[in-house]
Amino acid sequence: MTLKETIKKDKKREIVIPGEIIATEKDDLLPGDWTAKSGKNIIATRLGVLDKSGRIARIVPISGVYSPRRGNVIIGQIEDITMRGWITDIKAPYSAFLLLKECPMFVKESEMEEVYGVGDLVVAKIFNIGRASIDLTTKGRGLGKIKEGIIMEINSNRVPRVIGKEGSMIKLIKTASGCEITVGQNGVIWIKGKNSEDELFAKQAIEFINENTIIEGLTDKVEEWLKKNKKTVKKEDEPEVKEEKE
Amino acid sequence: MGFTKRSDGRKMDEIREMTAKVGIIPNADGSAMFASGDTIAFASVFGPRTLNPKHQQDPEKGVLRVHYNMLSFSVGERIRPGLSRRSQEISKVTEWALAPALLLDDMPGTAVDVHINIIQANAGTRCAGINAAAMALAHAGIPMKDMVSAVAIGKIDDKIVTDITKEEEDYKEGEGSTDIPVSYLVNSERLTLLQLDGKIRIKELKQALEAGKAACKKVFEIQKAALKETK
Repeated sequence: MTLKETIKKDKKREIVIPGEIIATEKDDLLPGDWTAKSGKNIIATRLGVLDKSGRIARIVPISGVYSPRRGNVIIGQIEDITMRGWITDIKAPYSAFLLLKECPMFVKESEMEEVYGVGDLVVAKIFNIGRASIDLTTKGRGLGKIKEGIIMEINSNRVPRVIGKEGSMIKLIKTASGCEITVGQNGVIWIKGKNSEDELFAKQAIEFINENTIIEGLTDKVEEWLKKNKKTVKKEDEPEVKEEKE
Repeated sequence: MGFTKRSDGRKMDEIREMTAKVGIIPNADGSAMFASGDTIAFASVFGPRTLNPKHQQDPEKGVLRVHYNMLSFSVGERIRPGLSRRSQEISKVTEWALAPALLLDDMPGTAVDVHINIIQANAGTRCAGINAAAMALAHAGIPMKDMVSAVAIGKIDDKIVTDITKEEEDYKEGEGSTDIPVSYLVNSERLTLLQLDGKIRIKELKQALEAGKAACKKVFEIQKAALKETK
């Protein structure tokens, strides 16, 4: 019920389905992402939310597999080691390739396993996309192997909601939980805090956002949630302290 | 006497009560349920993902793979689980029914896997499967130029009947029954599936196709409503 109401309230977030006509000749719009021309009309080619900004009509996907873009920072897992680099699973239709020379330090071929071993998680940036190939780099600030903390996964289409406008949402969680959080554009999130309670609290906050992505004014709701739940975490702590005293 | 009245009291061109839901299987990239009366189909979509073994890859476009499966408890008498001649045939025709709607040119070397499971059957399972699969594909974010809707048309004695049940399919008197599953690309009104089991005159087949087109539009409205509710 609440979902229906919010959709009705906010006409901007109307969901369009594949094949639906989103603009006619009269609208004088150009087809953008995930749209196509069908005669004189523009149709949607993917399930998502319609965005008409300026002269371009485009679809913002709400579900499905991550589609990589150049410049995205992602979190991937090393699948295999070859002579020229590391094959990395980045939760996209294709595996990505991390070239040997894209490692911040000089690595001998015999020492590749020690830098990034099979199964290791790395924060990497996509610097090139071919027809069916993705190239990664770990040269840069904040990029490289993940050594500690926890990992969680969400749908990649919900990443913009977790980050918020200019990082407002993630900043909120970072300050409330005291954790360092890296959100990969592929939906993999790395949380590193002082202790596991802080990390779990940050994880729960992100899960809350993940479940309520469609609600407008989410930042306020999350702020409320953080305040409310931070207290309960403390309450749980208090009896433990008492027990120790006894 | 002949066939004059349907046992469940429906009109000749009336579809069964249909329900649809999107996003029912959390582990899949896209999923949907479609129920038409007692027939219930679940579809889950995985991918696009890299296709292995490599020799099955198509360097020009993505590959659609459909697996239709009827669960052993879906019918009155238990059926043997696993692959059968019938399930392989339906998998293939479902693939052909869905493929014209998909735009897989931008993802060479990948596969999109569709798994259709029939958990309860009362005729028209392949149509329910196609309807569920089309919704699940849309939910999985696969680029599509149109939606696919399907319905089973029947010719019972000399009457054209929409969305037939098992009871009607087994009608023996008069001219007997003919089963004609059809599927359409709804917006462009193109036929993607046409099978025929029984006997029919050309004139009656034309009538059946018209009835199918009209019924598919009704089915599409149900699919559309469910997709618009996607969370």
